[in-house]
Amino acid sequence: MSYEIIGITVLWIFLYGYVIVASVDFGAGFFAYYAKITKKDHIINQLISRYLSPVWEVTNVFFVFFFVGIVGFFPDSAYYYGTALLVPASIAIILLAIRGSFYAFENYGSKQSNVYMFLYGATGLLIPASLSTALTMSEGGFIVERDGVVSLEYLELFTSPYSWSVVFLAIVSVLFISATFLTFYAARANDTEALKLVRKYALFWATPTIVASLTTFIALGEHNHRHYSNMMDLWWVFGLSVGFFMIALGLIYAEKYYGLAFISVMLQFFFAFFGYGASHLPYILDPYITIYENATHESTGIALIVVFIAGLCLLIPSLILLMKLFLFDADYVKGKK
Amino acid sequence: MMEMDPVLMSRLLTALTLGFHIIFATLGVGVPLMISIAEFIGIKKKDPHYLMLARRWARGFVITVAIGVVTGTAIGLQLSLLWPNFMQIAGNVISLPLFMEVFAFFFEAIFLGIYLYTWDRFKKPYTHWLLSLPVIIGGGLSAVFITTVNAFMNTPEGFTTGASGFAQINPIDAMLNPATPTKVFHVLSSAYVTVAAILATIAAFSLLKKKTSEYHKKALKLTVTLTFIFALLTALAGDFSAKFLAEHQPEKLAAAEWHFETEEGADLILFGWLNDDDVPAGAIRLPGLLSFLAHGDFTSEVTGLAEFPEEERPPLWIHYMFDLMVVIGMYLAAISLVYLFISKVKKWNEHNKWMLRLLVLTGPLAMLAIEFGWIFAEEGRQPWILRGYMTVEEAATSSPHVGLMFILFLGLYTLLGVLCIVILRRMFRNSPAEEELEKKYPVIEKGDNE
Repeated sequence: MSYEIIGITVLWIFLYGYVIVASVDFGAGFFAYYAKITKKDHIINQLISRYLSPVWEVTNVFFVFFFVGIVGFFPDSAYYYGTALLVPASIAIILLAIRGSFYAFENYGSKQSNVYMFLYGATGLLIPASLSTALTMSEGGFIVERDGVVSLEYLELFTSPYSWSVVFLAIVSVLFISATFLTFYAARANDTEALKLVRKYALFWATPTIVASLTTFIALGEHNHRHYSNMMDLWWVFGLSVGFFMIALGLIYAEKYYGLAFISVMLQFFFAFFGYGASHLPYILDPYITIYENATHESTGIALIVVFIAGLCLLIPSLILLMKLFLFDADYVKGKK
Repeated sequence: MMEMDPVLMSRLLTALTLGFHIIFATLGVGVPLMISIAEFIGIKKKDPHYLMLARRWARGFVITVAIGVVTGTAIGLQLSLLWPNFMQIAGNVISLPLFMEVFAFFFEAIFLGIYLYTWDRFKKPYTHWLLSLPVIIGGGLSAVFITTVNAFMNTPEGFTTGASGFAQINPIDAMLNPATPTKVFHVLSSAYVTVAAILATIAAFSLLKKKTSEYHKKALKLTVTLTFIFALLTALAGDFSAKFLAEHQPEKLAAAEWHFETEEGADLILFGWLNDDDVPAGAIRLPGLLSFLAHGDFTSEVTGLAEFPEEERPPLWIHYMFDLMVVIGMYLAAISLVYLFISKVKKWNEHNKWMLRLLVLTGPLAMLAIEFGWIFAEEGRQPWILRGYMTVEEAATSSPHVGLMFILFLGLYTLLGVLCIVILRRMFRNSPAEEELEKKYPVIEKGDNE
């Protein structure tokens, strides 16, 4: 395997990791605020903050990892995306900054504040929407280079059915992933009241998730034929994704094996995400950046991969320790520690 | 504003983000070490005062670390957003340390979460203390890796230039460029001294407010001792840095010292101003000291600014940044030494008002010195972004919207800065250490407050 393929695979794995952990976080923020305005906050907020407090900072690193990695492996992406995305990415940074710091302010610093809660909930939906547009742009047609000047075609972007269906898909997926995770976490905590509530959320957001996946699929067909036909060749990967979705839904509906249900949701998104990614290749930004022509020098690429392996040897045991202490320690989850 | 020069605005926005971020980054590197030392002493001496110290510092640290994380994310992205041409070329070389920095940060984030949420979870108190070590290491290593990037921009090495940008890249050589050792040493030691000084400021301030409890006295003793140790190390690092500059970036040292003509036995110039003919006036002249600073010999030759073409000279106002940084460093070492001396003499009271007032100044001054030092280091390599290879002009984005983004980020940082102070005050004002100690250790605390 060439170092370019290894590089993009590694980055894609991390982006997938970010999608999962960030979805739990973003969705939880929204649910916490929703519960507050429907006066059900006493039921689930304790649960949410017990999980999120030790891990929110780790979530952020997944994201940093991805964008540092993509610029490292494919420096030309800094040139194209960096120039075109100044405004939207700056707005995303500001949203992330508000969210991250306000989470700390709210949970460790002050008494409950409605303003913080609102901002925390609202950014939980706005951030996935704004970040997902970077994926939209990678399909081409939105970032244009003319006479050596790179610019973003805002009008194209805001009038494209594809870009809106991606935004919609991002938001509902976040809510679905988060709700299924919270269902699992509430079940572990033996918190029946919270479980009833979040299970309802999970069942509710399942339908829009699968509908949005379909519409995005169709809209992509209109926007980028090459990518669409590549996806068609990988039809079985998307079939697996739908299969795991059905399993997850069935388990949650039957009120058992919530852990397995959440794993199924992770697999559902794993296959969809990797099917999408694999069919996107060799382009990173259609038609300007491909993984072969625009990769970094071989020596740097190999050094990055070596560091990556060394880093994983350090990270995986640490992450397991973190999960053991806060996710799989029944006493902690129940609030006894 | 929208129409302003994108190069200038990119520089201003980068300076704004970095200037704000380094406050919290410095705390992020230094505070874990101080917490760990306090907890260790607390466990070893079985002294609840030190354990409480570690706990309360950790609690405040969570707030500052949150701001450090989000502003760090901002600068990470802004590197590509504001300097796309730079990243396109240099990304080939510096992506390795950037990548490693993220790993170190990852490591730190994981263990920080564990450390903060497991205070009373382990049977042996040392188990919890051990968890602080990966946090210190992770924080320290992120500083090391990111500093190598900055060092690379000052003395680029580890590649040859081909027809299309860099060729034959050796990312390890690039990381271990000549500027790396002195920069890393200086960054770490100055972060530690600054944090020790800030914590000393808090203790001294509490004592001035007539909270003459044992808790605050112990806090002051510990933090001032640490300030002294790290101030000495920083002075040593500063000396190494000057010798490095003399050899590898003489134009930076020459601009810092208004040293125009190459000469032997060069004087060190403190403060003053430049008259119309660029001759320093009103300055304190320390004969031969610049030669000593540069080469360890009072008569050695120091390269002057006149040796460099006009368009490659850094701005001359960095002289003041250099002087302020050095003078503050001297103040920190001197004042902490005076405190330690007084505390050794039984008859004297080291907690007298004037001593405390002078100690209150140390924290804010040290943070200012960090800012001055970075402004000196960054402005001192103007006009280059990659010294000798790429100017700042060539690297900036062509986007016309940077001015607007500057205003947005200025608003964000103002908000974060104000909220940070408000929340930290509220956090500690409502629960004084003495009360908390009595609640947690009811037996030991009886009669402890004077």
